[in-house]
Amino acid sequence: MVRSPYFTTLTTLLSYRILFLFGHLRDLFEKLLDWSKLNNLQGYAPICFGYEDFYTRRLHLRIQDCFERPIASAPDAWFDVVERYSNDNNKTLCRTEKTTKCLNLGSYNYLGFAAADEYCSTPRVIRSLKQYSVSTCSARVDGGTTKLHVELEDLIARFVGKPAAILFGMGYATNSAIIPALIGKGGLIISDSLNHNSIVNGARGSGATIRVFQHNNASHLEEVLREQIAYGQPHMYRPWNKIIVIIEGIYSMEGEFCKLPEIIAVCKKYKAYTYLDEAHSIGAVGRTGRGVCEQLGVDTADVDIMMGTLTKSFGSCGGYIAASKEIIQYLKQTCPAHLYATSMSPPAVQQAISSMKVILGEDGTNRGAKKLTQIRENSNFFRSELQKMGFEVLGDKDSPIMPIMLYNIAKIPAFSRECLSQNLAIVTIAFPYTPLLLARARICISAAHTREDLIKALEVISKVGDLVGIKYFPVEHLTLDKVKTSTK
Amino acid sequence: MALAMVNVTASVLDWVSSAFDAPTRAVVFGVPIDGHLVVEALLVVVILFQLTRKSYKPPKKPLTEKEIDELCDDWVPEPLTPQITEDMMYEPPTLESAAGPHAIVNGKEVVNFASANYLGLVGNEKITDSCVGALEKYGVGSCGPRGFYGTIDVHLDCEQKIAKFLGTPDSILYSYGISTIFSVIPAFCKKGDIIVADEGVHWAVQNGLYLSRSTVVYFKHNDMKSLENKLEEVTRRSKHPEKVRRYIVVEAIYQNSGQIAPLDEIVRLKEKYRFRIILDESHSFGVLGSSGRGLADHCGVPVEKIDIITAGMGNALATDGGFCTGSVRVVDHQRLSSSGYVFSASLPPYLASAAIAAVDYLEENPSVLSKLRTNIATFFYELSDVPGLVLASHILSPIVFLKLKKSTGTGKTDMDLLDSIAKQVLEEDSVLIATTKRSSLDKCKLPIGLRFFVSASHSESDLLKAAASLKRVAALVIS
Repeated sequence: MVRSPYFTTLTTLLSYRILFLFGHLRDLFEKLLDWSKLNNLQGYAPICFGYEDFYTRRLHLRIQDCFERPIASAPDAWFDVVERYSNDNNKTLCRTEKTTKCLNLGSYNYLGFAAADEYCSTPRVIRSLKQYSVSTCSARVDGGTTKLHVELEDLIARFVGKPAAILFGMGYATNSAIIPALIGKGGLIISDSLNHNSIVNGARGSGATIRVFQHNNASHLEEVLREQIAYGQPHMYRPWNKIIVIIEGIYSMEGEFCKLPEIIAVCKKYKAYTYLDEAHSIGAVGRTGRGVCEQLGVDTADVDIMMGTLTKSFGSCGGYIAASKEIIQYLKQTCPAHLYATSMSPPAVQQAISSMKVILGEDGTNRGAKKLTQIRENSNFFRSELQKMGFEVLGDKDSPIMPIMLYNIAKIPAFSRECLSQNLAIVTIAFPYTPLLLARARICISAAHTREDLIKALEVISKVGDLVGIKYFPVEHLTLDKVKTSTK
Repeated sequence: MALAMVNVTASVLDWVSSAFDAPTRAVVFGVPIDGHLVVEALLVVVILFQLTRKSYKPPKKPLTEKEIDELCDDWVPEPLTPQITEDMMYEPPTLESAAGPHAIVNGKEVVNFASANYLGLVGNEKITDSCVGALEKYGVGSCGPRGFYGTIDVHLDCEQKIAKFLGTPDSILYSYGISTIFSVIPAFCKKGDIIVADEGVHWAVQNGLYLSRSTVVYFKHNDMKSLENKLEEVTRRSKHPEKVRRYIVVEAIYQNSGQIAPLDEIVRLKEKYRFRIILDESHSFGVLGSSGRGLADHCGVPVEKIDIITAGMGNALATDGGFCTGSVRVVDHQRLSSSGYVFSASLPPYLASAAIAAVDYLEENPSVLSKLRTNIATFFYELSDVPGLVLASHILSPIVFLKLKKSTGTGKTDMDLLDSIAKQVLEEDSVLIATTKRSSLDKCKLPIGLRFFVSASHSESDLLKAAASLKRVAALVIS
């Protein structure tokens, strides 16, 4: 977990206070000057009361141009960002026809499958589009299963290392629809404190009791498990039906791996089931891209359920669950996303099949192995250089996600806009995705980035970092020129 | 020694008896204070003292580590999923071609009534061409959520196109059909709000209602009298109508029964009781109305009166994803507080361009709607006398729903009967149909049945073939 320096916390709190004060003043003036407009709801309750959307209206709106930037090309290593302007102080943003070519450090394109690829999209995806059409317009159980879906499910099971797999059209809906099918009232879900919103929603929708353990802390997990098993359900003191522990492979806001071997050991000791969400780690980490189990040396048979998405490393869309044959067969009967939702679009399925074959090396080339080595080298190089420059970078070695701490809310638009003016597209993250005082910029490295791209990015980030003042750590003496000469 | 003890005891006894028999020493308020009153006063003090003491409770000891270890060793969890039985090994038919009106299943050509391809857009040339262009330009996936460089210009174009087509100020795209409604409802309805919903809504709506943690009141399926009663009851009970948000949640065409909601009546009730409407138009967008604009067009209600319209695009528009439309306030609110929009990767760009092409097609060829209506009417007429099954859907609904005239007893046996009908129809007459599937998580209590999704691209011979096949098989199986 990140702990911010004392002085930085004070200044961040002070800046929030000033912004809140101005926001309240504006609200007051709005009430006084436009009181007639506010009273014309004709007996309906307003959509948001009072301060429910205070943060959105008064703080987020000021920096709205840093988010939802439209692009006009594929989200590859370089892409075209559409320029926008605003005539009313960021309340509405209008598109223009002009675009700027920027280096993309924000998209989840870990292995570089985002753009048209000579093996994947042209010709295979287009061929499957012409054969199976855009959509099947039907749920998987009715008439929406095609040969491609069956092929992809077998391939995923083989890739991940589990007996069987089931496919869904959207990663978010996978978590929201599967967790209620596995556990219900009388069960206990213990989830990591920094889990993704889809897991939280799925857990809430299941009706089971939810407990949280400190992020990545296996001993706290053990404490929680011991207490819960010993005391049972609250009020009734009956023992729990079952306990599921939900963790993620890579936490996308911290960039660090979960402590998988320790957590699995604890779960096995106390007979709890494990659910591993590998949304960001499948295909991107591990020697052959098999995910965090391969990276940390854990046998896939020890994890009960492995979930993942096809959006990030495979350049497609959708999600999957891999587990034993019985669990998968049961899910095919009960999971609402399988029974009711339109099945995944066939061209997207074909894209996932082709990219998985490239990673496995079954396309006859070693492009997959090259991509995997490239992303590992890129991540490690970039992270070490940033740390040498004095930035506070989070995340583990080999992880392609690196958050750079900004802390202060005003540095978010400063960093974002300054980088964009230098043709570097960066993602900045504020509340509510991260805690209020821990704003950060997040970089996602791709195998499509070349060494020159990364060096250019480092130069820009260093310059902007000096301007904005986020080099919280001392700078090492190795400068960028030495790096350039050493890599030539 | 003994003598001294006896003396002491005797003197104490003397003192006590003299205290008892002592003559009146004092008179207080006309009551003479005798010696025995002192003893009685002492007794009262003792009783009061005892009453104020707490009753005995054995002290609470927390469990020791050893006891916790024992409990943990003894605890046995249930298996993660129940035992798989024979009938759970069902595998659906696998398509080997596009899901058009004719599809190839297991090498044979079948007439396909299991795809909600209402306008016949599966396999349409123009849509395929626009998708090929989008794939070559943008690749397949969008690699990011909308807030972080996942917004591609086709998304914005698609949103504007849909808003313009429907006549609303703005719209917002979601990346999956069912996640639209279960993200929209929790974005607007919070704890303490009141929702009145139809009891026949499908699972995604039920999940959205559950996640919103509001108070949900169900009214009888498509029954306006029941809706009015519930609205009356809820309005009477709520004390501050301006402080509580209230919504009516209905579907335009119900997936579980094929009924159509009477929108003009609902709008009249909504205005009377000051509720907002959330309308799910997944199966009516592109189907109902003279120009395919949905239920509002069909009922002659101005679209501004409906507060929130959501729809999945996996039906008439033959792509994937969903959208939500309404006033600018409604749409802007979702951009930051709808979890399925904010925390999920955006729709693949080729699907958005397919949606644009589909809406263009609908605008240019409104005759496809009348073809669809003719097909539904023909089919309805043909299926009006199937032995053992009765039509339960509305005559304009493209989902033609047949339920059993008489239930066989349990839901399971009904399900088996319908499955055997569907299986025989597929194997013997090459007609692919769908039965209602109910997940164990689904709380809907409406009867199950057979569903036919009629398309504008079905020919009359397809419809007649399907009807004849169903009549033959139903006569055999339901005897």
